[in-house]
Amino acid sequence: MSTRLQKGGRLIDRSTRAEFTFNGRRLIGHAGDTLASALLANDQMLVGRSFKYHRPRGIVAAGPEEPNALVNLGRADRLEPNQRATTTELYAGLEAASQNHWPSLDFDIGVVNNYLARFLPAGFYYKTFIHPRAAWKHLFEPIIRQSAGLGSAPKETDADRYEFVYAFCDVLIIGGGIAGLQAALTAGQAGKRVILLEQTAHWGGRAVVDGDTVENESAEEWVTSAVDALKTMENVTLRNRCMGAGVYDHGYVLANERLADHTPGDGRPKQRVWRIRAGHIISATGAIERPLSFAGNDIPGVMLAASVRDYVVNYAVSPGDRTVVVTNNDDAYLTAITLVEAGLSVPVVLDARAQADGPLPSRARALGIRVETGRGIASVKGGKRVTGVQICLQAGEGAVMEEIACDAVAMSGGWSPVVHLWSHCGGKLIWSETLSAFVPDSARPPLNHDGSAMVSCVGAAAGVYDPADIIAGTDSDGAATAIVPVWMMPQGAPIGLRSKMWLDYQNDVKVSDVQLAAREGYESVEHTKRYTTLGMATDQGKLSNINGLAVLSQALGAEIPQVGTTTFRPPYTPVTIGALAGEARGEIFQPLRRTPMHDWHDQNGAYWEPVGLWRRPYCYPRAGETHDQAVQREVINTREKLGLLDASTLGKIIVKGPDAGRFLDMLYTNMMSNLAVGKCRYGLMCNEQGFLSDDGVVARIDEDTWLCHTTSGGADRIHGWMEDWLQCEWWDWKVYTANVTEQYAQVAVVGPNARKLLEKIGGMDVSKEALPFMQWADGSLGGFPVRVYRISFSGELSYEIAIPASHGAAFWDMLHREGAEFGAMPYGTECLHVLRAEKGFIMIGDETDGTVTPLDLGLGWAVSKKKADFLGKRGMERTYLADPERWKLVGLETLDGSVLSDGAYAVAPGTNENGQRNTEGRVTSTYYSPTLKKGIAMGLIKNGPDRMGEVVELNKVDGGTVKARIVDAVFFDKEGEKGNA
Amino acid sequence: MLTLQCPYCGVQADETELSPGYEAHLKRFGPGSTPEEFESYMFARKNPKGVHFERWRHAYGCGKWFLAARDTNTLEVFGTYPAQSSAPPADLIAKIKQKRPDWEGYK
Ligand SMILES: [Zn+2]
Repeated sequence: MSTRLQKGGRLIDRSTRAEFTFNGRRLIGHAGDTLASALLANDQMLVGRSFKYHRPRGIVAAGPEEPNALVNLGRADRLEPNQRATTTELYAGLEAASQNHWPSLDFDIGVVNNYLARFLPAGFYYKTFIHPRAAWKHLFEPIIRQSAGLGSAPKETDADRYEFVYAFCDVLIIGGGIAGLQAALTAGQAGKRVILLEQTAHWGGRAVVDGDTVENESAEEWVTSAVDALKTMENVTLRNRCMGAGVYDHGYVLANERLADHTPGDGRPKQRVWRIRAGHIISATGAIERPLSFAGNDIPGVMLAASVRDYVVNYAVSPGDRTVVVTNNDDAYLTAITLVEAGLSVPVVLDARAQADGPLPSRARALGIRVETGRGIASVKGGKRVTGVQICLQAGEGAVMEEIACDAVAMSGGWSPVVHLWSHCGGKLIWSETLSAFVPDSARPPLNHDGSAMVSCVGAAAGVYDPADIIAGTDSDGAATAIVPVWMMPQGAPIGLRSKMWLDYQNDVKVSDVQLAAREGYESVEHTKRYTTLGMATDQGKLSNINGLAVLSQALGAEIPQVGTTTFRPPYTPVTIGALAGEARGEIFQPLRRTPMHDWHDQNGAYWEPVGLWRRPYCYPRAGETHDQAVQREVINTREKLGLLDASTLGKIIVKGPDAGRFLDMLYTNMMSNLAVGKCRYGLMCNEQGFLSDDGVVARIDEDTWLCHTTSGGADRIHGWMEDWLQCEWWDWKVYTANVTEQYAQVAVVGPNARKLLEKIGGMDVSKEALPFMQWADGSLGGFPVRVYRISFSGELSYEIAIPASHGAAFWDMLHREGAEFGAMPYGTECLHVLRAEKGFIMIGDETDGTVTPLDLGLGWAVSKKKADFLGKRGMERTYLADPERWKLVGLETLDGSVLSDGAYAVAPGTNENGQRNTEGRVTSTYYSPTLKKGIAMGLIKNGPDRMGEVVELNKVDGGTVKARIVDAVFFDKEGEKGNA
Repeated sequence: MLTLQCPYCGVQADETELSPGYEAHLKRFGPGSTPEEFESYMFARKNPKGVHFERWRHAYGCGKWFLAARDTNTLEVFGTYPAQSSAPPADLIAKIKQKRPDWEGYK
């Protein structure tokens, strides 16, 4: 059994008990424990079930590479799935539950999959997705949905908060072991701005666990003085519990700091994402031990050798009473020595190598530990817990020589440098025969903006393990790292054994699966990964990738470097979505643009519609009204009495300078230079392809100055477009632009009573004679400084009044107060749309979609034929845009008065080459017109203007078609008398 | 996430401050140009794996457009210069030649 030892435990505080629960069972741990060490101390080796076969899964590792010990942590609004027990610090009150089991961890019905293993081989999903379809729908999918899936997704809003911090440094060091600390000391002493990150709560990495000697001190003493020295340096920032997640272009690094994961609810942000821009990045990320592939290597109790040491030394937890050690290198002997020195039993060390004469094997033998070379494990015995191992010759086919009872197996297949951060931005790897591992190729690093190496690796991450080498910056590649690659144990294992050798514990990928993939023609490691799901679990193959690709390369008869690795992608370990969102959630998910009248709308029941980052009232429903009813009331009131619209979001760009007229003539399809001061003109802007991009009314303010109105959504884009041409093409033209959209509030006063209201308020002459249609004037109204434009987007008598933003709310209030006797009501964007559609006015984004020209919309009158050039002129001359068969704008009126579906297609006889119904047009705007009491629509119809009176058929959302007549797009007041009044 | 130095305000700007503007030094062809000329202006883009001249705007900074020479493969930035340039500066060309001897050169 696994248990707490009487003595030792460098990280735990035995005087502080921490009570926690696992699957509802109350257990006791100590401060300083991880959840994994506390579970082991309570003999809870079984912690979960595998994804596919629901096999029992125990703790394998002691760090972030752990593939099995994933738990649901916390509950309700603090529930987090897939948390690794090995990196979860224990705290009093912690609640954990195992995942992927049903109905219980000990008795799991899904384990039946285990017996179906031969029906669930590599590529199972691909094979069954293809055929038979019926079986997939009725048989496979229901079963898989029932039994698959790891943690359960939280259903409540996260109770915790998260934050970002931005940081800059000359040198960023990731990893707080001997190599990282030494790098920080060197850079810190050189006066560089240094940030040093360590993913765990403790400094020193492996050396302090393994009792190494560093510069004639114990590693523990060396680390303590190094950290103390760094803390005194003002130019050095130290952060533990902070994982370097990803390296991106030009020294950009994301790191995830677990601030309050271990002190939940203490008021601090739970996690903090660091967004660091570093001059240089040093990856001191260490190495991860590899499992060995022998039959039954997934039975709970089989663990990584160094992790076994971690539990004994750090937490005084013994994973088992009798532990068999199996290895292909010297390092695992330290585990045997550690166990024996802790008073535990190591019945045998099985070494796959023919010889083992290094210092560690010699020490082990001197302690009386039985060492068998040239041996391996034929099979592990046990179900939910190891009960013994069968010994065989490594060179053979698995004939059992001896069976030894044990309750744990410590395995070591060598070490893989953690090259993730090196690789994220394209650092290349080379295969080291000496280390049997991929190591960073320092000749091919990822590059910084200036072409220098952006990342370098030190210590175990670079394949340098000896502390003396790390301190001296050398690489002796000594005998201590001597390793013989062992990718399968025994070497000649038959299929019966190979199909019980696990590579990926979480996703249930076995040696036999990778070999099958190779036989089926999957030669690329990237394809094999996806076909078998090797390395695709939450651990991203930290334990399984190298073993898997070694098996693949053997099956393909190729060398490992030729097969290569899969791509390393950030993050290094999973980062919760909450941390990545940071504070950008709820109301501050994105900035909200408010007009000066925003609060009034809110207080007066506005139903909001997002328009870019703005919020605009869609309508103002009254008690008992639906939105449709409100819109109809607003339309009728505006047509018959007086409507008030907050038009402040309208884009307003000032274009000024001696060349401003010439510039606007290039920008607009029509002429703007000859617009008289005091007058307004509607204008169109196209892109260089000749497609309509924006529209609006331009006012000539003075000799040198024009004010260009753009669409609400287009202000920033059009201002950028102007600057692009001025800075990059016509940079010698003397023109200045300013986007003054937010400097002015704008109110449209619309309807037959509009003039009456303004005359009542008084302050300037707004008569037809003084201020005719399409003119503007500066003046004052009710004491407010205003600029009044006689322009209309509704067809009604209309004044658009601009006023400095600070006066906007007061002016709007006054219009409502004084307008009450004239029937003034606010109206929203939907009413605006109905009003403009009744008049056949186009709307950018409805009638246009980036493929529509002004000529398509019947706006040829606004495209100058005189001008030698303007943006889009050449584009419009392209032959296919002059095709008379193009879809062109018309009005559509259903024969039965119904409202057409938005985006409906006009169907034509026959089908195209894809078997789809032919079409001859589509609806671009469609509304119920309260004025005309029937459905009206605008649409683009093939050769439409020449087909007036013809009936076309348009499809409906729920099937079938509806007949509509092609009519003039102007449905109301065709002569335009109302607007001119 | 790239950084580029804005040649106007001198800021080593983060990509979040910048808007991309695609290939630099395109010659505009307007009315009267042949279909081939217009196509070259509108659609034909070099898109090399290697040295590329491109437009960027310091949109959330000083607002100025500028041009950059960059290796699209290694992301090395050779230099930035004002948008009011009809061809890359000679010293920048020389610097790229030195760093990328195999480079076919500008145009
Ligand atoms: Zn700038």
